[in-house]
Amino acid sequence: MQALYAQLLVGLINGSFYALLSLGLAVIFGMLNIINFAHGALYMMGAFVAYFLLNNDYLSIGYWPALIVAPIVVGIFGMILERTMLQWLTGLDHLYGLLLTFGIALIVQGVFQNYFGSSGMPYAIPDQLKGGMNLGFMFLPIYRGWVVIFSLVVCIATWFLIEKTRLGAYLRAATENPTLVRAFGVNVPRMITLTYGLGVGLAALAGVLSAPINQVRPLMGADLIIVVFAVVVIGGMGSIMGSIITGFALGVIEGLTKYFYPEASNTVVFVLMVLVLLVKPTGLTGKAA
Amino acid sequence: MKTRSIASLLLTTALSFVMTGVASAQDKTVKIGALSDQSGLYADLGGPGSTLAAQMAIEDSGLVAKGWKIGIISGDHQNKPDIGTAIARQWFDVDKVDIIVDVPNSGVALAVNNVVKEKNGVYINSGAATSDLTNAQCSPNTVHWTYDTYMLAHTTGQALVKAGGDTWFFLTADYAFGAALERDTTAVITANGGKVVGGVKHPLNTPDFSSFLLQAQASKAKIIGLANAGGDTTNTIKQAAEFGIVKGGQKLAALLLFLTDVKAIGLETAQGLNFTETFYWDMNDQTRAFSKRFAAKMKNSAPPTMVQAGVYAGVRHYLKALEALGGNPHDGVKVVEKMKSMPTEDDLFGKGEIQPNGRTIHNAYLFEVKKPSESKGPWDFYKLVGTVPGDQAFTPLSESKCALLKK
Repeated sequence: MQALYAQLLVGLINGSFYALLSLGLAVIFGMLNIINFAHGALYMMGAFVAYFLLNNDYLSIGYWPALIVAPIVVGIFGMILERTMLQWLTGLDHLYGLLLTFGIALIVQGVFQNYFGSSGMPYAIPDQLKGGMNLGFMFLPIYRGWVVIFSLVVCIATWFLIEKTRLGAYLRAATENPTLVRAFGVNVPRMITLTYGLGVGLAALAGVLSAPINQVRPLMGADLIIVVFAVVVIGGMGSIMGSIITGFALGVIEGLTKYFYPEASNTVVFVLMVLVLLVKPTGLTGKAA
Repeated sequence: MKTRSIASLLLTTALSFVMTGVASAQDKTVKIGALSDQSGLYADLGGPGSTLAAQMAIEDSGLVAKGWKIGIISGDHQNKPDIGTAIARQWFDVDKVDIIVDVPNSGVALAVNNVVKEKNGVYINSGAATSDLTNAQCSPNTVHWTYDTYMLAHTTGQALVKAGGDTWFFLTADYAFGAALERDTTAVITANGGKVVGGVKHPLNTPDFSSFLLQAQASKAKIIGLANAGGDTTNTIKQAAEFGIVKGGQKLAALLLFLTDVKAIGLETAQGLNFTETFYWDMNDQTRAFSKRFAAKMKNSAPPTMVQAGVYAGVRHYLKALEALGGNPHDGVKVVEKMKSMPTEDDLFGKGEIQPNGRTIHNAYLFEVKKPSESKGPWDFYKLVGTVPGDQAFTPLSESKCALLKK
């Protein structure tokens, strides 16, 4: 029984990453109608920015400032992408956005791999979060506990911003009927750019959070993004709350699989995806188109 | 069916006569194929560095100046046996490749082994670990350089059991390599009076090991044996530190650890790990000189790993055999027989030999990862702890199940 508690908690930790990443994807898909395949590459860039901030010849900026700086830097990169490339795809089939972002992901990963190889770089856990505590049923590294709490806060804040504030209402309205919202004097293209920046920033934030746990390496996002897409599909494309809850839930389910039948831990998410799609093609919380 | 096989036999015999006629002693054209994981979790320990090593072996052999035409191509097997064999077939059938080198990932390596045998090419494997390549699945076309699971089990594994680590829990990569390494290490553990109390098989390329580590922790085994490699090993070691496994009194046995892995983990976390390699760049003047030339040509200025060093040494020896033969590099079995008949010697591995089963015998070294304070440069990672002579490190011929030995 003790082992089970431990596995549940470990599952929640992985779920935090799934939730943060699928949240960003959901925001971008919900507001821009773009299936952002570059999300994994941007997540990786977040981790690399944190690494560069710390390891350069001029200044060594640690983990805490990186949590803010890296999402901003990568977010700006994302906004440039949106302005220069993605915005031209408005109104076209989803497939075009998917292919474009997939191409961008391959290029970004290729460039990083060219310079940094594939095995990656170490990034130390910040001193304040080192060590762990004994919970009785398991030894919980403090950093992992921090990841769960911090990502929960970020997820809820994002949900609140989009579903409960006036700004969020504008955004949702702009997705429904951009022409009408424009008529009210709202700068819709700028809002869309900022939204993409926000989604990308969330990915970069997840990247910084994962840097001390995983290796900072060019393919860290590529390995994760497929699972995250499965999470989004299960939760329902574009649903903010759906993707948060599914993210955490699937982390837990995957964790339990690692305990009961480890060989299947890489596939369990996809089996679930198939089952959900068969029963409810719009995903658990999705609305019919 | 019978008539057809007789007919094809006649045809091949006839063809081989024709071929020998055409390919006279003047034929000095060779094509080398470097097949590796070029972009995945094993790309840094083999990958583009292995192609570079083969290229340097060609340059250093001096054969080009003697009128030989030696070409090289590289391919990415993406850790998938079907892709690996498809590339190998195309190389032999279309590109007229004579020899395939490197091929990390035991699953792919065993699959390619069959293709090379079928096509009568030469196969110098350096990247794969499975001891089956020179044991149950040995082939007259194959030479296995650098290391194998038997060697890893009988060096690192044995040393740990003898030092009191008599209960083990395995974290095993769920494919041919992990299974072979766990099998060979288990044999050593039980032979030395130890016991395996449990284990987990995890999928290849797993980002998060915390679930598995918790199970290892709960097993109370003294040693947690890592029968995995590359990115999987670095993630396990890093996350084991997070969960306080070593502080809790359990010891990690990184059965297979490469230079690039230590770099990725960082000395802070990796310090004190014991493991075995057969090559390290900072062993002597020759290895340092070679590594300096090698690093100058690498994008990230990395010195060679033992796999890349093995590719260099293997190709050097292959070209020496070709020179001794005087030409006609296209009959794989003949070339490999020549390679086995000559003692091996090079700057990187020193003196050695190739056994009749295809296993190259050379020294193996027990290393310990330095403390951050002891490291003087960006790649100064290892302390030499002991040397195991080749005949004690690798499978004795008496234990080998290789069919080539039953003559």
